[in-house]
Amino acid sequence: MITSPSYEDRLQGFDWRQSADELGLTPGGPVNIGRHCTDRICGLGKARKTALHWEDFRGETRTYTFDDLRVLTNTFAQLLEDQGVAAGDRVCMFLDRVPELYIGFLGVLKMGAIVQPLFSAFGEDSLWTRLDDAGTRAIVTQKKHLGKVRRIREKLPNLAYVFVVDDANLRDGETPLRLDDLPRVETYTVAPTTAETPSVLHYTSGTTGQPKGAQHVHNSLISQYITAKWVLDLRDDDVYWCNADPGWVTGTSYGIIGAWANGVTQAVLDAGFNSDKWYAFIAKYRVSVWYSAPTAIRLLMKDGVELAKQHDLSSLRHLASVGEPLNAEAVLWGREAYGLDFHDTYWQTETGCMVVTNFPGMEVRPGSMGKPFPGITAAVLDEQTHEPITEPGRVGLIALREGWPSQIRGYWNNMAGYRKKIVNGWYVCGDRASIDKDGYFWFSGRDDDVINTGGHLVGPFEIESALLEHPAVAESAAVAKPDKVNMEVVKAFVTLKPGFEASGDLELEIMNVIRKRLSGLAMPQEIEFVDSLPKTRSGKIVRRILRAQEFGEPIGDVSSLMND
Amino acid sequence: MDELKTTILEYVIDEYVEEDDDIEVDFETELISGGLVDSFSMVSLKRFLENKYKIQIPDADASPEAFDSVNSIAALVERFRNA
Repeated sequence: MITSPSYEDRLQGFDWRQSADELGLTPGGPVNIGRHCTDRICGLGKARKTALHWEDFRGETRTYTFDDLRVLTNTFAQLLEDQGVAAGDRVCMFLDRVPELYIGFLGVLKMGAIVQPLFSAFGEDSLWTRLDDAGTRAIVTQKKHLGKVRRIREKLPNLAYVFVVDDANLRDGETPLRLDDLPRVETYTVAPTTAETPSVLHYTSGTTGQPKGAQHVHNSLISQYITAKWVLDLRDDDVYWCNADPGWVTGTSYGIIGAWANGVTQAVLDAGFNSDKWYAFIAKYRVSVWYSAPTAIRLLMKDGVELAKQHDLSSLRHLASVGEPLNAEAVLWGREAYGLDFHDTYWQTETGCMVVTNFPGMEVRPGSMGKPFPGITAAVLDEQTHEPITEPGRVGLIALREGWPSQIRGYWNNMAGYRKKIVNGWYVCGDRASIDKDGYFWFSGRDDDVINTGGHLVGPFEIESALLEHPAVAESAAVAKPDKVNMEVVKAFVTLKPGFEASGDLELEIMNVIRKRLSGLAMPQEIEFVDSLPKTRSGKIVRRILRAQEFGEPIGDVSSLMND
Repeated sequence: MDELKTTILEYVIDEYVEEDDDIEVDFETELISGGLVDSFSMVSLKRFLENKYKIQIPDADASPEAFDSVNSIAALVERFRNA
């Protein structure tokens, strides 16, 4: 039996250079994530190794080797280049989890453009906001989502190209991109990208304003490769399944880059949640490493240990989780159902890689986030002084000393917004935690109004703006409400304009409007119609009071309120 | 039962299928596992059923499996209408 070096062993003399050396990178030399995940792996003698087992909800399957990946990413890159897409252009991938998403992501990087993955369940307003902000030049989509693109295209003057990967009746200005129909490009000259060349643009939500584009660079590869290898414990003979959608950072950092930079076989299921089908998928592909999320684990818990026992899950070797804190109950349930610990990992879009982790072999303390990854200096800061707290168990702001390779380089069009998150050389994550006497971090909660629902961050401003566009809504506030499965869900408080009356039908109508315009994630799961909202004397709505009410917490100082 | 199924099917098509989508939805179509309705959006579908049929569906019964097709949703509604 292979055992991995301990956390303490890994810490000894760690330097990110170790990862760069394993990747064959030299200071100042070329770095290209697309090439490293394909050509380089083929060059290591794995050209015929399976890179991807893909299956959809209908049971359709496809399999790709690393050589297929190499050639198809070349093909993708060449087509974009031939059509006029240039290095530095933002190319949005707006696709379900189809193979073209994974291939296209790396193809865009190979040609030196910036890949902008977006969650395909986004409605047209959410899509427009993010494409408009990024000045996106090209979008790659599929028939199922083409309608949303068409409805907003006129409002996107920078959007020059619409590529469609499957059968659809295309209109003028739309270009087919069916990989099976294109001549395979065996040789492609990868763009001369270096460590600081922009690579991936992921949108993430904050308390104020519209979502922000987190700008990653090719250097992130160094962090993503080594964290995938050590924390996910990826080995050459593994079959790895990452549940995350590449519309979010986990789905790219670890659902594409980390795994394939290690030359590991991935399995991808393009289907919604279903416990029985998920277990059947693990059994069929002999998944050995599974990176899931607390929400999914809690849904599996609802279906019981017995269902897990009905499937052959003996291939599972290592389990990890990300998205929101993994509660102790879920860790204990995992032990019972799978005979293994779920290893919680903590990180966010801006960090690009896991930063606080439960290492394989390290004692898992159910409910803890684990310890900082080697090379990451993490602390909790006093909320007033922003100095590290040394007292065990005292809650403060989670912060990371700047300078790890995958730290984003800023927010697109909003460097000032990003700089506000840096205090005294610390990147302040926006979450609160404490550290125990043994160095384990314990999550306490968010430090702002962002709603973490099912592991996805949703900004209240975007929801409130959309609510205000409904003809019945006079004022609105969106806050988190506790939820057993998703940790938090969106709840909206709404005052109505004269002439409108609160009713179940109106609530449903407003819910559906938000779902279609933004997404199911952003849709309030409950709307409470109220006569007024708590405001400061300057008229600003005070969300924290509403949130505190939902969580049954003290509402704090209300002396500055207008209607207290 | 047929009327119930038809009402649910029409609602699903009206609310979850885009005008220019070329998607066929019938009583058996996999709504959740097929990606047409996600687990968050399921809540508005549940709310529609509760408003329309004056029932309360406990969260424990509102599973992705129970909402995975018009047929299974209709069976769920029928159970609570007769409760």
